[in-house]
Parts: sequence; C-alpha cells; structure tokens
Amino acid sequence: MVKFSEDKLKEVQSMIDRYPEGKQKSALIPLLHLAQEEFGGWLSAETMDYVGSLLGIEPIEVYEVATFYSMYNLQPVGKHVFEVCHTGPCMLKGSDDIIGYIKSTLGIKVGETTADGMFTLKTVECLGACGYAPMMQMGIDYREHLTETKVDEIIAACRNKQ
Amino acid sequence: MATKLLLAKAHVEGIRHFEVYRREGGYAAVEKALKMEPAAIVEEVKKSGLRGRGGAGFPAGMKWSFLAKPEGVPRYLVCNADESEPGTFKDRYLMEFLPHLLIEGLVVSSFALGSNRTYIYIRGEYAWIVGILEQAIAEAKQNGFLGKNILGSGFDCEIYVQRGAGAYICGEETALIESLEGKRGNPRIKPPFPAIKGLWDCPTVVNNVETLAAVVPIMNMGGEEYAKIGVGRSTGTKLISACGNINKPGVYEIDMTISVEEFIYSDEYCGGIANGKKLKACIPGGSSVPILPANLLLTTAKGEPRLMNYESLADGGFATGSMLGSGGFIVLDEDQCIVKNTLTLARFYRHESCGQCSPCREGTGWMEKILGKIESGKGAISDIDLLWDIQRKIEGNTICPLGDAAAWPVAAAIRHFRDEFEWHVNNPELCQTQNFGLAHYADPIHVPA
Repeated sequence: MVKFSEDKLKEVQSMIDRYPEGKQKSALIPLLHLAQEEFGGWLSAETMDYVGSLLGIEPIEVYEVATFYSMYNLQPVGKHVFEVCHTGPCMLKGSDDIIGYIKSTLGIKVGETTADGMFTLKTVECLGACGYAPMMQMGIDYREHLTETKVDEIIAACRNKQ
Repeated sequence: MATKLLLAKAHVEGIRHFEVYRREGGYAAVEKALKMEPAAIVEEVKKSGLRGRGGAGFPAGMKWSFLAKPEGVPRYLVCNADESEPGTFKDRYLMEFLPHLLIEGLVVSSFALGSNRTYIYIRGEYAWIVGILEQAIAEAKQNGFLGKNILGSGFDCEIYVQRGAGAYICGEETALIESLEGKRGNPRIKPPFPAIKGLWDCPTVVNNVETLAAVVPIMNMGGEEYAKIGVGRSTGTKLISACGNINKPGVYEIDMTISVEEFIYSDEYCGGIANGKKLKACIPGGSSVPILPANLLLTTAKGEPRLMNYESLADGGFATGSMLGSGGFIVLDEDQCIVKNTLTLARFYRHESCGQCSPCREGTGWMEKILGKIESGKGAISDIDLLWDIQRKIEGNTICPLGDAAAWPVAAAIRHFRDEFEWHVNNPELCQTQNFGLAHYADPIHVPA
C-alpha cells in the first residue's frame, strides 16, 4: 500500500502551502518527484492515484502530467540510473563513445536494466552542462567531464555501496 | 578587462552566504528600491535598455510596463530558470555561485511589479540548485530582506522555488505557467499575454534569471549609467556560456563590444580551438539559432568584424547572420560533421515538441528521420529538398516558437553546408568513415595560407 510517512505528509502540506488557496494542483509536479523518490524510483498507477487523492484531483490529471515530463519513470528502473546526455554539445565532445562504453561495460542497451537490477542506462536530451561535457545525471547529481576511467570508477563506487 | 556587473564577486569565498554577500555590498539595491515608487523602478529598467536574456531579447522595461494592474487582483512575478536550450548553462552558474544576486533582483523586481508571491521555476534536473536557492531565501528572510514588511517598508514578499520535471518547452513562458499550475507544458495561444492573463489567470511577468539579476546593477548604478555600457541597443553585459571544441569552455560575462574573434581566440575567454584544430562553424546563441560557417561568423557579409551583440550577430538576417539568443555559444572544429550535429538537434526538438501543433509534432519527427537517413549514407538528393520544404512549413505555423526553433537549425545547416549534405548522399560509404572536413568554410583569419 502506497502511503507517505507522517513526516513526508508534513512536507506535502508545506508544498501545497506555497500556492494560494484552491490552487493546490500546482503542487502536483513537486509531489510526483517526492512520490518517485519515496516509492521505488518510479510512478505506478497506484502511486499516481494516491498523489491525485492528496490533491483532490482526478487520476487522469495526474497521468497526463506524469506522461509529459521526462524525469518521471513510468516503469521500474535499476538502483542506479545513468542518464547520459547526447544532444549536440555533448555529441561534439564524444558522448556517443561514452554511451558505447557504458553499453559494453554493463552489457545492456539504452533503455535496459542490468539483470541484477543495479543499473539502468538511458539517453537524455540536453541537461545544461554543455561546457562540462560529456556528462550524465545520476539521481540528483551531475557527473561531468566523463571519460572511460571515470565511468569505471562510478560503476565500481555504485557496486561497493551494495 | 571587461566590465563585470554580475559575476564580479562570483569567486569571493563564501559569497553564497548572506553575511559575505552583504559585506560585499549585496542588498543595497533592495534598500534603494524600497524607498522609490514602483513606477520609478520600472522607468529605470526602461532607461537601462535591458533586453530579456532568455533568448528573445525583448526590452525588459517595456514588458514590465505592459503588466495590467486591476484593483484587488494579485500580480505575479515568475523567474524563468528552466534553462534548457542546448548550449546554455549560464543561469545555472549564476544561481549556483551567486544565489543572493538572483534573490536580490527578485525582491527589487517583485516590489516594482507588486508581486507578493514570486516563483522561481527551475528545470527539474537542476535539483541540487533548489537547495542553494532555498538556503539563500531563508537567509534573506532571517535578515529582513524578504518576508513580511521588508525593511519596514510595508511590502511583503515570499519567494518559492518550483522544480520542473524535464521539458524544454517549459522555458516558453506560457508553457511554464501551465506547468506551474500543475499541468502539461502546452503553450497557450497569445493573446491574451501573461501580462494580462498569466498564472491562475492573474497578470504575470515572466523573466529569465539573468534578466532579473541584471536589475541589481541597474538599481545600483541607475538605468542611464547601465545603458552606457555596451553598444547601440545591446546595453549592459551578457553572460555567454561557451562550449564545444574550445580550450576553455565555461561561463563568461562580456560587455557587448568585443568581437567574436576575440571571444573565441583570446585567453580571457574561450582560449582558441582545442587540440590545435581549426574553426569550422559555430552556433552562437543556443541550438535554435542559425549555425554559421567560420567565415560568416567572424566577419559579416559586408566584411566587417562581427561583434558579440544582438545587432551584429543578426547582421545579414538569416541569409548570412544569426542571433545572440540565449548566449549559448557552441563551437565546432574541423572534425565535426554538420549533418550529425543537425541530426542531434533535430532529435532534441522532436523529443521536446509538446505535440499540440501538427506542423511541429509531425514535422520534427520527419526531419529527424530524414536527417538520420542522410547521416547514415542512405539519403537521396531529393531528401535535402524535402528537409528544406518541411522546415519552411513548420516555421511560423505553430502556437509557440518551438516550431521556429526546430526549423532554423535545419534551414541554416542546409543554407550554408548544402555541399556537405550532398557529399553524404554521393558518398554513402565514405561518409561513414571519413569526415567532410573544412572545405570552403575555413576560418579566413586563422588558417595559414
């Protein structure tokens, strides 16, 4: 059963309080971020319905938002998600090679998760780190100036955290 | 040494914190502004000639003066921190290193516009910056520069940070407002403009981060003094985020009198092309603006040196010029493939189209597919003409400027580099292993004879 803790519910309320009365729907996008963090890194239909109920809006109002924005995962993802940018400026600095290297190192294609559920590889469009390319996002962190060595280190650090 | 109005203190240790920022002269603009009439602040911004720094370059003071002020209806200021235009990372830098500069600009601007509830809409991926901004907001509040009855003036203002969730389109102001209302980022039909009917149908001003930060030096020095910096209608300073194949990528503050050549080759800025390569092309104002070959980048069609400002970069129109745009300066060296670069941008716009308007929703997908075909050596000459035709039919036929933004890079690539597209078609195998190279785009100044 999907439910926020008391502490998280306080956070939800403080999010809603940022808007004038009756405009609580504005909290939907921040709330979906919170729900994704809390409930396994993705948004199930159950999670989305729950978020809708907290805001007093229809489930469809949640689904149409969740499907529009690229940061919401609508399917389960691995424990660590590598979101590698491949737009123009990163491409100029070798993002294709980095994506290729991650694919061969982890043995997965873009969009897949490793069998042990540890890593998901995604490609994303420009994340605003063009001067520090190539780069990827991992959770809320940016990893910039990527090289094969750096990728190896990141993967090793993720495995060691186990 | 260039004038630095925004980044002068970026490297002062601890400048992220209120005490240091205040010790360095911070929040003087708030003290000054709160003693003025709001309309007088709008006048100062008008006099400064400040133009919107998000990309469109619309005069900020004029935008402010359009704000409707019906009795008893709240007005809102929204700071656009959705920075998503490929090549652009200046607002990120400003917020990360000088959060109080933005907060100070927001307090002054909120007072000028009568916004008691101001939102910073930040792209969802800049998650770590949310904490930096919220810390700065809390500090400003503790010190009486934000919150209830600021400095005893009777003016109340709260600032909230709202995270987006990954959508380039939310940088378009009406899509941003939709998103802030908890909806999909579908741009609205204008009119009505946000100044009349914006957030929750109330009068709203949406300004870029850098624009609002620039209000601080304008307050401190006065609009007239600010307008003396720069040239013509390009007043003040501009942040440029430089990336691609250069020695020193990063964020630079320039006054808009320097030449493009100086910006690329001087050690104070980009430090020249990386690895001793030659300059092939450049997208000078974020991915949407026309790409220029080296020869047209460094000098205008009239043979004058091109300068880093609104007018000079646009000199020659789209036939031979480009735009300053957001200041996302993307440099391509001789090893880069124009077709591949255009393909990645076309893919970007296809991914980011909100899907409301058919020309953009369908056209961006078609352009990506055709470019993919040409890039992989499977294209025909007629595909180049088809691409041209599609981009022309997208431009001007959509609710918001994303359609134009998707069309322009393709149009400019074909306009200036058609022979490279043809070479791909005519050399389907060779183009997979070899690069077209520089051809006649060679940088006329820096290529040895």
